[in-house]
Amino acid sequence: MSSVAPDEAVLPGAHTYDSISEKICGIVLTARTARWWVISFAACSVLTLIFFGSIGYLFYKGVGIWGLNVPVVWAFDITNYVWWIAIAMSGTFISAALHLTRQPWGASISRFAEAMTVFALAIAGMFPILHLGRPWFFYWLTPYPNMMSLWPQWRSPLVWDFFAILAYLLLSLMFWYLGLIPDFATLRDRARARGAQVIYGLLALGWRGEARHWQRRQSAQLLLAGLAVPLVVSVHSVVGLDFATGNTPGWHSTIFPPFFVAGAMFSGFAMAMTIVILLRRAFDLGEFITDRHLDNLAKLILAMGLVLAYSYVMEIFMAWYSADRYEIYTALNRMRGPYAPVYWALIFCVVIVPQALWSRRVRRAPWVLFGISILINVGMWLERFMLIVTSEHRDFLPSAWGMFYPTVWDWAILIGSIGFFGWLLLLFVRFVPLISMAEMRELLTHQRGAS
Amino acid sequence: MNPTIAAYGLLAEFAGPAALLDAAKAAHGAGYRRLEAYSPMPIEGLVEALESADGRLPRLALIGAIIGGAGTFALQWFSATADYPFNVGGRTPAWPGLIPSTFEMTVLGAVLAIFFGALLRSRLPRLYHPVFNDAGFAAASSDRFFLCIEAADPQFDAQRTRDFLEHLQPLRVSVVES
Repeated sequence: MSSVAPDEAVLPGAHTYDSISEKICGIVLTARTARWWVISFAACSVLTLIFFGSIGYLFYKGVGIWGLNVPVVWAFDITNYVWWIAIAMSGTFISAALHLTRQPWGASISRFAEAMTVFALAIAGMFPILHLGRPWFFYWLTPYPNMMSLWPQWRSPLVWDFFAILAYLLLSLMFWYLGLIPDFATLRDRARARGAQVIYGLLALGWRGEARHWQRRQSAQLLLAGLAVPLVVSVHSVVGLDFATGNTPGWHSTIFPPFFVAGAMFSGFAMAMTIVILLRRAFDLGEFITDRHLDNLAKLILAMGLVLAYSYVMEIFMAWYSADRYEIYTALNRMRGPYAPVYWALIFCVVIVPQALWSRRVRRAPWVLFGISILINVGMWLERFMLIVTSEHRDFLPSAWGMFYPTVWDWAILIGSIGFFGWLLLLFVRFVPLISMAEMRELLTHQRGAS
Repeated sequence: MNPTIAAYGLLAEFAGPAALLDAAKAAHGAGYRRLEAYSPMPIEGLVEALESADGRLPRLALIGAIIGGAGTFALQWFSATADYPFNVGGRTPAWPGLIPSTFEMTVLGAVLAIFFGALLRSRLPRLYHPVFNDAGFAAASSDRFFLCIEAADPQFDAQRTRDFLEHLQPLRVSVVES
């Protein structure tokens, strides 16, 4: 435990193995549901209905209900896709990278970070399908023997994307579930109601804590973590290539894959921060998720924000250095064209606001951090919108220029998707232990051993 | 009922990980081989003490990775060169364009092998197991640590094994019915 400052343990308080189970299981197994949960769940249910209702209307009517037009063929749909997949990116990355580097502070935040990944990824994966003119043919992306004797276009990043999302979704789910099995066993053994015993019993798969089962699980987690890190980088690189392979000015740039990876980590860490602060407050988890966790997360956000700021500067520099008049025009058009307010708002949210995190006092103030994390997420959404729409709306020929204005359906699907994310998260915190009890017990053993 | 006939084994309960680790070492040292330790979290050195470590997962992962990667590359190669050669503006298929999908499926092959390997090699899912018959065993997922010596062990003797477990100073020793 050399990385823990002696003055600040990761798991303070006089906890025992039993009190850890009691506290974390108590959130799930209680018969009383908190009022705030019911209210937020109702609100998120309404938004979820709006989300699926809008999707239904979209399938009925077609993508014309959005504000799309011919120069701007990708707008909110792909912005939402990139935004959600970026949020999904950091979850598995947080838990995998912290697992591999043996950072004890990762234990209490990895579980819900993984949940965040699974949910955000499931939502992200819907958007490419939604933006298809004929969404019912999305399965043509899979290579399967068919009577049309057609194959996917293997050289297309859109096909790579399909494989990347598939691999990442399955890895995230399995990584998450493997971590959950022993906790489901604890719930099974502590549940009093018959229904809970049966459901958690089935989910626990008969886990009984045999030494070699633990050893296999640890070995599997280590291997999965090791695979998750390069996979995460590849997934978002492929998202970047979706754009970079097009010759549209503003997209056609080799910086895109690493730039997208940095942006994804940044917004994912910020979303993790948003959720961690809310959960900590809602379930009084200050003893498991300490100020030190927030501090570390804030430092990660700051570091990624600097990488991203560097990328913005390089984008402008490369446009100038390329001496390509279309690239230069696109860079300038972003700053002073019709979408300039979006550009400057995102620079404020993504480059300027995170600089407050240099201050230790800010990093220790949960509600300030909360505000910053929300602003970052708004800024990152604006960033994707800016990247996508400003590049498309004025390309090579002025006669082909146009503007994009969102319709009510654009907004309904964006806000609905956020509501659906919240809906899934609320179900998760109510029915699944949101901190890994097994890892907390390990942490406790280490701390006892050290003292 | 005579416990020597129908018993699955003898179960000793301990209060902490160190006690379980010592007991496991002692039991293994005394020559017991059909024994298993149960704990609410992984304990360092326990599988080594029981000599039940399983080092197969990395190899399974490698096999899964090779199947996923080679299979995906071969599929793309066959489709792009033999079944449906596709010439876009003079650009015939080249292998670098096939690598991203190959990479993703290599990882997925390994992931599937690891996940299902870890579960199936542990014989899970298995909802019933004799140790669950013990009334206090539910604590094994919370704050208690158990060592079970199976009746199938060649050295097992209802009385001597019980005496042996008692001298390890557990919280209790009980018979697990099968």
